[in-house]
Amino acid sequence: MPYALVAPIVVVLGAILGYPVYYLVRLSLEKYGLFELIQHHGTYIGLHNFGSVLHDSVFWHTLLRTVVFTVANVTLTMVLGVLIALLLVRVSTWVRLLVTAGLVLVWSMPPVVAVQVWSWMTNVQNGILNYLLTELHVGNFFQHNWYLTTFSQYSMVTTLIVWGALPFVAITVYAALSQVPHELVEAAQIDGARAWRVLKDVTLPVLTPVLLILTSLSIIWDFGVFTQPYLLIGPGQQTTSNYLMSVYLYVEGYGQTNFGRGAAISILMLAIVAAMSVVYVRRMLRVGEEQ
Amino acid sequence: MSRRRTPVLGWNLVGIVLFAVMVFPVFWMVSTAFKSDDEIYSFTPTWFPGHPTLHHFRTAIDRPYFWTDVKNTVIVVLITVAIALVLSFFAALALAKYRFTGRKLFIVLVIGIQMLPPTGLVIPLYVVLARYQEVNKLSGVILVYLTFALPFCVWTLRGFLIGIPKELEEAAMVDGSTRLGAFVRILLPLVAPGLVATSVFAFITSWNEYIFARTLLSSGSTQTITVWLSYFYGGARSVDWGAVMAGSTLISIPVVIFFLLVQRRIAFGLTAGAVRG
Repeated sequence: MPYALVAPIVVVLGAILGYPVYYLVRLSLEKYGLFELIQHHGTYIGLHNFGSVLHDSVFWHTLLRTVVFTVANVTLTMVLGVLIALLLVRVSTWVRLLVTAGLVLVWSMPPVVAVQVWSWMTNVQNGILNYLLTELHVGNFFQHNWYLTTFSQYSMVTTLIVWGALPFVAITVYAALSQVPHELVEAAQIDGARAWRVLKDVTLPVLTPVLLILTSLSIIWDFGVFTQPYLLIGPGQQTTSNYLMSVYLYVEGYGQTNFGRGAAISILMLAIVAAMSVVYVRRMLRVGEEQ
Repeated sequence: MSRRRTPVLGWNLVGIVLFAVMVFPVFWMVSTAFKSDDEIYSFTPTWFPGHPTLHHFRTAIDRPYFWTDVKNTVIVVLITVAIALVLSFFAALALAKYRFTGRKLFIVLVIGIQMLPPTGLVIPLYVVLARYQEVNKLSGVILVYLTFALPFCVWTLRGFLIGIPKELEEAAMVDGSTRLGAFVRILLPLVAPGLVATSVFAFITSWNEYIFARTLLSSGSTQTITVWLSYFYGGARSVDWGAVMAGSTLISIPVVIFFLLVQRRIAFGLTAGAVRG
């Protein structure tokens, strides 16, 4: 009986996912460009694509840039998310409802829409960001272009991504916080424990599993992010000096119609992500087994 | 505890500032959409539109392919959700109610696929679909969306199905119902909210999808609405920001409404069990 229930989905996934995955491996071992795409036939060249990618300094620079980018984004998201959750515990009910409603609204914004709003807010001529920074005397940002240097470009991409990711983290951590036993916190306080000790010894142990999952999810998402950097910096402004992994493989593989090379980069990227997913998958597997 | 009165005021203030900062971009989008061009391109911006106008909404809707692309998106999303829901419901049932060999492997696949960065599969999916002349067709995009919707739906529905006590199902069968009868009369009404929440969430992810839509659909008349918006940059020299923000607002509205409806039910799907663990 269970096999009959699972069979349809296994067949469908096998066809629409298994076949492309098989093709991914095959493509990575072939010379496959526009000509081969029309012919529907590539030329087997062994591990040449992998060799050429691994000997390309662009690959290693992109990998390093993506790691730095991921670390920065995940750290900001997690720290700010936890702080917001801790704040939600301390405010009055109406403020909590207000902030939660705002967070949910932000959470629901489609990424492509958020990108357009960001490019309007950071616009050189009439962007509100330049106006506000100048008015607040942070400096003279009149007609400041945020997209001139790689660092500046990625500060903007980071604000966009962290803004979009905060609601999920904050609301989930808040939900976990409400599971911290009240009596335990009070007992610790009566025993004279300071706020910091209560946080470290009572609250944090309850939060740890949630934080672990949220961090691994954020790492996986930010490492593979595509839409925000690609569109905010601009499809025409993607160069070897500002690639992230996803953009790199998209431009080199699809954009330059070098599908074999693109497939090799994809496999390398998927392998890195798979290694990072182990923590999350194992945790979820335990959840699935428990019930 | 009177010591705690004053801090709450301070925290409330921080909360309100946080709310203002987080919501500002959304507010700015809507506000810009209703402003006149004079206000939008003034060097001293106004917070609210002085004379609210629908001009930019008209410009956005009148742009080529708006309605065609909305129609394309709705077709793709509805078919994806319908197929995903039917197929994944049975698989979720198997996961929630039976133990079987290969169950563990199946769970690993279901969770693992959701972790794959979509970009990693763009190249092979494009080449395979090109091979079968499915590029630039909605059917090709639906197939791709299914690969990502199916695992998600299985995992979330499983969560809803587990919540249903076995005794209810058994009681129905003792009453002389067949297994199918028990399923239709007892299980289905109980799982209906879960089905709605799951399908709405699958709806939103497909509606928002960008990279595959952009790669697989190359002409304006077959695009989806996110691709339409991403190409939306007014005239040759200047960007019509009012119209871009009006278009952005229009595209967000269905998503925001649906999201608000189901957020509570689905929010913890990804971390389900972690809290209890």
